[in-house]
Amino acid sequence: MSDPIQLRSDETFTLNVGPQHPATHGVLRVKMEMDGEYIFSAETVLGYIHRMHEKMGENRTYAQYLPNLGRLDYLSAMAYNHGYVLAVEKAASIEVPERAEYIRVLTVELNRISSHLVWFGAFIMDLGGFTPLMYAFDDREAILDILEAVTGSRLTYCYHRFGGVYNDVDDDFIEGTKAFIPRMRKALKTYEDLVTKNIILMKRLKGIGPVSAEMCRKYGATGPVARASGINFDVRKNEPYSLYNEFDFDVPVYNECDSYARYMVRMEEMEQSLRIIEQALAKMPEGPIMPKKKPKIIKPPAGDYYQAVEAARGSFGIRIVSDGGKNAYRLKLRSPTYSNMHLFDEACRGMLIADALAFMGSIDLVIPEMDR
Amino acid sequence: MSLTLINVLFAVVAAIGFAALNAAYLVWCERKGAGFFQRRPGPMENGPWGLLQPPVDGIKLMTKQLVIPGGVDKALFMVAPVLAMFPAIMSFVTIPFSENIVAQNMNIGVLMIFAFASMGSMAILFAGWGSRNKYALMSSVRGVSQAIAYEVPMLITVITIVMITGSMDLRAIALDQSGGFWQWNILALTKSPLMPVSFLIFFVCTLAETNRAPFDLGEAESELVAGFHTEYSSMGFGLFFMGEYANIVIGSCLTTLLFLGGWGCPFGLFPGVWWFLLKIYLLIFTFIWIRWTFPRTTIYGLLNLSWKILIPFSLFNLLLTAGLLKVF
Amino acid sequence: MSGYFSEIISGGKSLVVGMSITLKEFFKPKVTLQYPHQTVKMAERFRGHIELIENESGEPNCVACGMCQRACPSGCISLTSKSVEIEVEGKTKKKKVLTSYDLNFTTCSLCGSCVESCNFDAICYSKEYNLASTRKEDFHFDLLKRLKERNS
Repeated sequence: MSDPIQLRSDETFTLNVGPQHPATHGVLRVKMEMDGEYIFSAETVLGYIHRMHEKMGENRTYAQYLPNLGRLDYLSAMAYNHGYVLAVEKAASIEVPERAEYIRVLTVELNRISSHLVWFGAFIMDLGGFTPLMYAFDDREAILDILEAVTGSRLTYCYHRFGGVYNDVDDDFIEGTKAFIPRMRKALKTYEDLVTKNIILMKRLKGIGPVSAEMCRKYGATGPVARASGINFDVRKNEPYSLYNEFDFDVPVYNECDSYARYMVRMEEMEQSLRIIEQALAKMPEGPIMPKKKPKIIKPPAGDYYQAVEAARGSFGIRIVSDGGKNAYRLKLRSPTYSNMHLFDEACRGMLIADALAFMGSIDLVIPEMDR
Repeated sequence: MSLTLINVLFAVVAAIGFAALNAAYLVWCERKGAGFFQRRPGPMENGPWGLLQPPVDGIKLMTKQLVIPGGVDKALFMVAPVLAMFPAIMSFVTIPFSENIVAQNMNIGVLMIFAFASMGSMAILFAGWGSRNKYALMSSVRGVSQAIAYEVPMLITVITIVMITGSMDLRAIALDQSGGFWQWNILALTKSPLMPVSFLIFFVCTLAETNRAPFDLGEAESELVAGFHTEYSSMGFGLFFMGEYANIVIGSCLTTLLFLGGWGCPFGLFPGVWWFLLKIYLLIFTFIWIRWTFPRTTIYGLLNLSWKILIPFSLFNLLLTAGLLKVF
Repeated sequence: MSGYFSEIISGGKSLVVGMSITLKEFFKPKVTLQYPHQTVKMAERFRGHIELIENESGEPNCVACGMCQRACPSGCISLTSKSVEIEVEGKTKKKKVLTSYDLNFTTCSLCGSCVESCNFDAICYSKEYNLASTRKEDFHFDLLKRLKERNS
C-alpha cells in the first residue's frame, strides 16, 4: 500500500462509476470525486432499482407479501424468507414443528454457501480473475440442483411458509446434501490453493480498505464486514433464532480490518455452514412439516414485532407494525448491504480506484437489496 | 531490381498475412483455451469446433458502424488503432522463422523490434488522450507508465543476450544456440548461472509489454470499463484487438529466438520452421494459461515488481555475465 | 532482506500451484451443456407458469371458486364463470362452470400461491421455460384454450 498522499480538493474531477459499470454488479451509481486515480470522495446514489417493497408490504396480505422477500437479495433469498416467516410467526404466535425448523436451517445454510460462492466468483472477477467464477458456479450448481428439486425454483425460492415449509424434503435431498458436503470441502481446498494463497491476490487485498470497528458501529455495518473488523457479532449466536443454539459452530472473527480479512471471514463461514448442515442432517427428526392448527387468514394482534436473522451479507431485520388487520400497518426492512455500503465513502477516501473497487467487491453488494 | 521488388512485396504480404491469420485465430485459441480451463467447451456453434468463429467475428466487426463520439480529437482517434497494428506487422519483417525463411534480415534486428515495440504504447496514449473519456485517459496514463517500467528490465535482459552472442542479428543469435537444448540461452549456465531467471524476467516483461493478464491494467474491465478502447467500435476496436494478438506473437517469437534456440530442435535433429512454430505456440499457450489463472495486479504492484525485483535481478545478471565474459 | 527473497520464493510457488490447478482442470471433462441442442430435465417440482388440470371427461377440475385469484399477490389471474343447471341423481343442481381463465404472465412472479390455495386440485405447474418473446400478447395465456389444445 502506498503512503497516504495529500489530496487537493481544488483539482478534482467527477467520475461516475455506474449506473452501468462492470464493477457495481447492478444499477448502483457511485459519484466519485477523483484526484488523478485517487478518490477524494465517493457519493453513493441509489434509486435506480427502487421497487417500493416496504410500501408493498402495507398493501398486501401477509401471505401475499411472502414472494417479495426473495426479490430483495436474490442470492440468499432463503434467509430473507426465513426472517419474514419468523417475524410473522412471532406476531401471530404460530408454532412450528421441529422437522420444519430443521429443514429451514438446512435450506438457509445451503443457500448461504451458494450466496458466498457467487460473491467469491464475482469478487475474484472484480480483481480480474475469471476462472474461479466458473469453478464457483459449478459448485453452486450442485446446491441449486438440490434446492430446485425441493423448492421448485432456483433463485427466488419462496419455500418457507408461516408455520413450516412448503413441501417436505425427500431422501434425494438428504442423499444429495450428504454427497455435497465432501465435494464442497474439496472445492474449498482448491479455492484456497488457487486463490487464497495467491501472491497477487494477497498483495491486492492485504491492508487495503481498512474498516475499523468504530466505523462499523457508526454506520451499522454487520455481517462479514463487521466480523472482519473484530466485532464478534452474529445474530445466529447473539440472538439465537430457530434452532441455531442447538448447533455447534464457530463465528470467524478477524482483527485485520482489511479486504483480506473480509475475504477470509466468508471463506470460513462456508466451512461453518457445512458443519451446521452436517449436524442438522444427523439430527433431523421425522414428523409433520406444518402445524396442525394454523389460522387461515393471518391477523396478528395489534403490536410491534421485530425479528433479525443472519443473512449471507449481515443482519437482516424485519419490523412489523400490526393494527390487527390483514395487512401490516407498517413494514420496515433493515437490509445489511444498505448499511454496509454507507461506510464506503469514508473508507475509500485517498484510495486508488482499483483498490476502491476491490474494496467495494469485498463488502459484497447486492443492489436490489440495498435499493429495495 | 524488379526481383527484389517482388521479394519485398511478397515479404510484406506474407508478414501481414501471418500477422492477421494469427491474430484472428489466436482469438479463437484464447476462447477455446479459456473454455477448457473453465471446464466448458468454448465456441462451438460456427463450423466444427467453432472454427469459423474468427471470420464471422471479422465480418461482424467490419459491418458495424464506426462511431466517432462528439468532441474527440479526430486525428489522434483515427490514427491510434492503425498505430496499434502497424508496429506489430513491421516487426515480423525481421523475424527469422528458420535459417532461410526471413523477410529481411538485418544486423540490428533486435534494435528494430524494440524501436517498433515502443511505438505500441504511443497508440495507447493517443487512443486514451483522443477519446475524451476519463476511463480511457486513466488507462492510457497507466499504459505508458507500465511500458516505461517494463522496457527497462526487458532491454537489460536483451543486452545480456547480445553480450553473450556478440551480435544484434536475430538470425545470428538463433544460430549461436544451434545444437541441443543444452546450448540454448535459457540454460547457458556457463555464461551466467542466472540465465533461467533472466528468461523468467524476459517472459514477465513480455506479458506486461503486450498488456496481457495479469498485467492488463490498460484495459482492466472491472475498473476502467474497457480502458483505452472504451470509445472504439467496429474495426477501430478490431485493430486494437488484432494488434494485441500480433504483439503476443512477436513476444513469443522474440522469446523463442533469444532464449529457446529459435528453430533448433531440443535434440539437434531436423532443425526447421516447425520447431520454431511449435515453440511459439507453446509459449502462446502459456500466455493464455496465465491469463485464465491469475487475478490482475494493481498499478503500484506492477511498478513495485518491475523496479524492486525485475530491474535489480536483471542488472545483477548483466554485471555477472559481463564479469564472467571478461574472466573466461 | 531475507523477507525480500522469501516473499519472491513463496509468491512464485503460489503462482505455480495456481497454474497447476488450472492445468488439471484443462483436461477434466466439461461440465456444461450445449443449451439449445441439449437440455436438462426439469425438476419434478419445477414451478413454471400454471396450467389447468382436467378430469376424466376432459373438462377442467376448476369450480371457479376464485381462491387462486384472491391468493395471487400480483393479481395476474382473472377468471369468469357462469351458472348452469345440471342433473345429478335426478335432481337439478346449480353448478358454476368456468368460462374463461386468463393468466397474465407478464406480472406473474411464479410464487405458487395459486396452486397452494387451490382446494380442488385444479391447477398445476407447467414444465415449460422457453417463454421468450418480443410481444406482450404472447404472455397473456388463455388457459382454457390451452387445455382444449392439449386434448385435441
